[in-house]
Amino acid sequence: MGSAASEPGTARHLAPTVDRSVKVLVVGAFGVGKTTLIRAVSEIPMLSTEESITTASVGVDPRRGEKRTTTVAMDFGRVTVGSSTALYLFGTPGQRRFWDLWSGLADGAVGALVMVDTRDLAQSFEVLDQLEEHTRLPITVVVNEFPDSPRHGVDEVRAALDLPAGTPVVAGDVRGRTGAVEALTTLVAHALQRAEGVAA
Amino acid sequence: MRSDGYRDHPVRSYVLTGGRAHPTRNTLRPETLLRAVDDGRELPASAGRHERTLVRTCRGTLALAELAAHVHLPVSLVAVLVSDLVDGGYLAVLSTPAHDLPAKDLLEEVLDGLRRL
Repeated sequence: MGSAASEPGTARHLAPTVDRSVKVLVVGAFGVGKTTLIRAVSEIPMLSTEESITTASVGVDPRRGEKRTTTVAMDFGRVTVGSSTALYLFGTPGQRRFWDLWSGLADGAVGALVMVDTRDLAQSFEVLDQLEEHTRLPITVVVNEFPDSPRHGVDEVRAALDLPAGTPVVAGDVRGRTGAVEALTTLVAHALQRAEGVAA
Repeated sequence: MRSDGYRDHPVRSYVLTGGRAHPTRNTLRPETLLRAVDDGRELPASAGRHERTLVRTCRGTLALAELAAHVHLPVSLVAVLVSDLVDGGYLAVLSTPAHDLPAKDLLEEVLDGLRRL
C-alpha cells in the first residue's frame, strides 16, 4: 500500500486515503532489538531523526554538576493499517537521561512495547519504572528471543519484572514480520481493552 | 548534510527559526500528518530554502517526523517551520492529534488493520 516513489532519497508518501495516524513507542535498552522489530514491520526504509535534549548530568557525569545538551537519534518506521490510518513506530532509548524525549513522545501514543533481553532482565527495571511513574501508557512486554538467551517462561519473566496485573507478555523472534506484528496486535488489543474498561 | 553535523545546531536552529524555540501551534506531534495545500499559490520570495524544501517534500502526505528525517533537521525545529507554513496556508494538518490516549474507534481500526497484515 502507499504511493511510494521508488528513487532513493525521495519521500515515500502515504496513500491519499490516509488521514489519521497513531504511534507506538518501542522502548528498551541499547541492542535489545528495537530497530529490528521496527524494520520487520515497516513499509518504508527505517528513518532516523535527531533530537536535542537537555539532560541533567546526574547519573551521566557526576564530576560535572551542570545540565548539558545532548543529541539522541530516534529511529522510526511506518505501516499503513486499513485504508485510512498510518501507524508509526518510534524507537526510544530506555535510559533515564532520555526521559525528556519520551515525555513528548508518549503524549497521544497507543502504548509502548517494552523490549526485554532475558540475559539481562535487570536493565528492564528502569524502563518499566519510568513508564509507570511518568505515563499512563498501556504496555506490552516483548521478550526478544536471541539464539543464546536462556529460555524463561513467560510467567517467570512476568514474576521477575513484577508487572502490573493484566500486562501482556509475548515471547518470540521479532526479526520476522509475524513476530513483530503479533507484538503490536497484542499491545493494541490491550490498549483497546483498557479504553473499554475506562469507558464502561 | 550529515547527521554528525548537528553539533552546531543550537545556534543554527535559532537562526533558521528567527530566534524562536517554540512553534506557533502546540498540536504538532511527530506523527501528525501534513500535506501541501495545492492551490497554485507560490511561497513568498522571502521564504527560505528549508521552507521551500518542506512544502515540496509534502506534495504527498507525510508525518512531521518523516518530513524532519527527509530534510535532515531535528523534529522540534521542523515543527517551528511547519507551524508557520500551516499558519500561512501552505501546509495543511490532516490528522487531529489525540489528547492523551487515542479514541476507541481508532484503536479498533488499527487492530483490524494489523490482523489483516
